[in-house]
Amino acid sequence: MLFFRSSRPGLLALSLGVSTLAAGPALAADMPPNIQLNGDAEAGELVANDRAKGNCVACHAMPGAESPGAIGPVLVAVQTRFPTKKALARQIWDATTKNPEAVMPPFGKHEILTNKEFVDVVEYIWSL
Amino acid sequence: MTKKTITLIAASLACTLSLPTALATPEQDKETFQAYFESRFPNVPEDDFVNGAYAIDPVGRENWEAIEEFPPYETAISKGEEMWETPFENGKTYKDCFPDGPAIAGKYPYWDRERGMVITLPLAINECREENKEKPLKYAKGPIADIVGYIAYESRGQVTNVEIPEDDPRALEAYERGKQFYFARRGQLNFSCAHCHMGNSGTTLRTEILSPAYGHTTHFPVYRSKWGAMGTLHRRFSGCNKQVRAKPFKPQGEEYRNLEFFFTYMNNGLELNGPGARK
Repeated sequence: MLFFRSSRPGLLALSLGVSTLAAGPALAADMPPNIQLNGDAEAGELVANDRAKGNCVACHAMPGAESPGAIGPVLVAVQTRFPTKKALARQIWDATTKNPEAVMPPFGKHEILTNKEFVDVVEYIWSL
Repeated sequence: MTKKTITLIAASLACTLSLPTALATPEQDKETFQAYFESRFPNVPEDDFVNGAYAIDPVGRENWEAIEEFPPYETAISKGEEMWETPFENGKTYKDCFPDGPAIAGKYPYWDRERGMVITLPLAINECREENKEKPLKYAKGPIADIVGYIAYESRGQVTNVEIPEDDPRALEAYERGKQFYFARRGQLNFSCAHCHMGNSGTTLRTEILSPAYGHTTHFPVYRSKWGAMGTLHRRFSGCNKQVRAKPFKPQGEEYRNLEFFFTYMNNGLELNGPGARK
């Protein structure tokens, strides 16, 4: 189980109603069920460390990443923490599916990453 | 304070703040809001929250104290004082609009029951200018930050004391809207104000320490090194909205005025210490 550190006030946002939750970009589809998770880990590492893209390092310490933030858990031994690559992908696609209070941005659902960037990042994080 | 206690308080905060209006009064919201930060940061004296991240970051504080020896907002204060003293073309001055001035920052924001809206200090300044046939100032930066900076400086030591009149339901509604704004997720990145500045305050985003929300309203306008200039509270609101990739609202529009009303109320009891210097 890997819940991103939740923010209690998030409960409030929920209680305020769905309309407030939908303030962001249009609600994109769920992760495509047939998504091919065969990205390029090296390219994913660049995305994970790019401020304008994945920017995973803003919140997560990762091996080799400089000046990481401390909001989310350290990304190591990932394969011991997710049963499948797909489960990890779902978490990165939209962490609020598993935990409505999750702070992590929904990288797939809100189209923060392109599909290629998304599968590349999944491949990289899965390799940690 | 054990972790369990903190969690309990945090949970009760979320519950209290999320109860229907009839049950959670602004006063109760404020108590839970402040108690949350007092238990999250048990080593910070209450009157030190006005110093933002520097209340919890000893290294940052050292740098900040060095900066405060020759404050970068000093020029703004002098310019603001000159604006205050210089008569308008019709011979009148700001003093004619604000007889108790310049130390009036503690009176804002307030609920104007006749107009049915929240009045902030920058709004009142521009209304004074327009009454005297002067052009209104832009709200985010520039001369507005100078004159508000001077007024803030003269008002140092006043205590935040926003009142929400109980006999006007519209005031409570404005407060509730501000509260909803504060806790609503927004933008492509899907963060609420509270996600960073309550739930994750004190942790680090890259190497930056997220400042506690308690104390945020006391020290504006600020000279921000990132801006290389002064900016108003609404400039900061707008910057935060852009950072989560949301479309910012208009400075002094209804959304930000209501947000300021709620947010300043949460800080009731804290001393005003503006203008400030921030990274």
